[in-house]
Amino acid sequence: MEETQLDQGAPVSIPGIQKALTGIPGFDEITSGGLPAGRPTLVCGGPGCGKTLFAMQFLVAGATRYGEPGVFMSFEESSEELAKNVASLGFDLDDLVARELLAMDTVMVERSEIEETGEYDLEGLFLRLDFAISSVGARRVVLDTIESLFAGFSNQAILRAELRRLFRFLKERGVTVVLTGERGDGQLTRQGLEEYVSDCVVLLDHRVNEQVSTRRLRIVKYRGSSHGTNEYPFIIDRLGLDVLPVTALQLRHSASAERISSGIPGLDAMLGGQGFFRGTSILVSGTAGTGKSTISAYFADAACRRGERCLYFALEESPAQIVRNMRSVGLDLEPWVQRGLLEFQASRPTLFGLEMHLVTIFRAVQELDPQVVVVDPLSNLSAVGSENEVMAALLRLVDFLKSRQVTALFVSLTGNGDAENATELGVSSLMDTWLSLRNLESNGERNRGLYVLKSRGMKHSNQIREFLLTGHGVELVNVAVGAEGILTGSARLSQEARERAESALRREEIETLQRRLDRRRAGLEAQISSLRAELETEEEEVAKRIRQVARQEQDRLTERAAIASARQGENGMLAEDPIAAEERTPAPSKGSPRSTRRQPS
Amino acid sequence: MNPDSKKWNLRLYVAGQTPKSIVALANLKRICDEHMSGQYRIEVIDLMENPQLARRDQIVAIPTLIRELPSPIKRIIGDLSNTERVLVGLDVAAPG
Repeated sequence: MEETQLDQGAPVSIPGIQKALTGIPGFDEITSGGLPAGRPTLVCGGPGCGKTLFAMQFLVAGATRYGEPGVFMSFEESSEELAKNVASLGFDLDDLVARELLAMDTVMVERSEIEETGEYDLEGLFLRLDFAISSVGARRVVLDTIESLFAGFSNQAILRAELRRLFRFLKERGVTVVLTGERGDGQLTRQGLEEYVSDCVVLLDHRVNEQVSTRRLRIVKYRGSSHGTNEYPFIIDRLGLDVLPVTALQLRHSASAERISSGIPGLDAMLGGQGFFRGTSILVSGTAGTGKSTISAYFADAACRRGERCLYFALEESPAQIVRNMRSVGLDLEPWVQRGLLEFQASRPTLFGLEMHLVTIFRAVQELDPQVVVVDPLSNLSAVGSENEVMAALLRLVDFLKSRQVTALFVSLTGNGDAENATELGVSSLMDTWLSLRNLESNGERNRGLYVLKSRGMKHSNQIREFLLTGHGVELVNVAVGAEGILTGSARLSQEARERAESALRREEIETLQRRLDRRRAGLEAQISSLRAELETEEEEVAKRIRQVARQEQDRLTERAAIASARQGENGMLAEDPIAAEERTPAPSKGSPRSTRRQPS
Repeated sequence: MNPDSKKWNLRLYVAGQTPKSIVALANLKRICDEHMSGQYRIEVIDLMENPQLARRDQIVAIPTLIRELPSPIKRIIGDLSNTERVLVGLDVAAPG
């Protein structure tokens, strides 16, 4: 049988045991289907532990959801009182009675008013029960609390015999019975009701530990069925009884390959350049004042920027305080709150028990359906429970969030001791990514360092980064590594200054060389241009000279023509042609003037 | 005491003709005749026939005797075999 259980993962029930769903969230899971159908179940516990509510929820769920009408036979409270008590949970008993889905009967037995005179039986009770069952065709019956009969009748022998008969009668009718019993000393119930009910016994417990109340539920026995044997925390709130989801045994959630930004580029870079995987759990741990909340706020901001909804559980600071504080690092969360993308849920952990907190978180997540959840800080939860309880609760929370593909960031405050304390170690195995923030103390100052302790399924940086909170955001700076190890703060600054000085020196040298080259180039170019200028001057002079010579030649020709005409030149006509040709040709032609010169000579 | 007025108004709840019911009725009649002769009225209600009356009148044990009058209402359960206790229960101090 154990093997079958392991094989199938989910608890198995032996064929033949029919079960009746209770409709109590979580309970049907631990019992793999509810209470044994057609048999009595004893629900016992101290005063105010929620017995009546358990029974009522079982009946109402049967009537409204599972098509099984019920009978509520009360031995303590009147029908009116009961209806009033459960109205706040949204149970409308009068309506159920009117629709013949529920029959209620209150059995009042006042011993002081009754005189016992000889033999009797409880046939009256049987008849009433039978009548009520028949009137609505009931499949479920609650007897709350039948032990009151022991106070009403003095003949215990008769009473016990009649109780035995009663359970036989109920079994014959095939109804599923819940009977409640007050917890007694050393036994489950004061009157030993457990001896009549051998099928299923559920124990409810309400204890106060260090002023914080927690409720527990345990299945003491369940004949013919496997069941969870642990103590399960449960709560009673506006929706009734709620046993915390028990999904921890099943690691079935799907894994997304999508990456989402942490909101801090430097951090994304450390996480393989892309940030976290969607649907994973992230732990940000660190000592006081290392900037954990700032990282959370950036993460929330990034989610809102993507248009996703973010649920922020503030267990230390009020929302207004967080919004104000984040403005100092250049982050304004207010618009997201106004647009309804960011919702804060703030409460002091010590105000409620751990279970109440978890359920609050569960409910809020179910209602808002966020893509991103921040719990700041997780460590405050451990103030309200023992380490084991907190671990178990966290396990449920992490599984629950993963099953919904919610990316969750948990903040954990650690002591000033060296890094990881016990809780953190325990919690860390549940986490996919663990960012550790720590103070790096040296040179009489404290600086923030951040490193990725682990990040499942991605390449991540092994470097410690210095984490700077500035007025315009968070910056992650590479830490300098010096002879004495890593350098942060002023040590890093001085190291950086030294490095800057060295590089400045090198830069200067380069500049000098550059300048020298420039000067050389300028000198040469000046030389070139002066040579060019010289050449141009020479050319000009040559041209001038040529023009001068040409002009002199012209003058000479003009002069000779004048002389020729003065000599009444018969050969003036002869001479005219070559001269005209010479005039038309530009000056540099050296042959022509000479020939012209020669010709006349 | 006015012998005509029925001073005692009693109701006996039974569930069918069981031996206990028969004994109870016989005992009741005997006690009434002995201690409140002529001043009583007995109504026998069989819950087998009218089960809804059990709820209305808050009957758990069978047989149950209810003294309607004189008020206040008194309840006596059992087969009424203990005459003294019945008398105490009915507040009948002395005969007549």
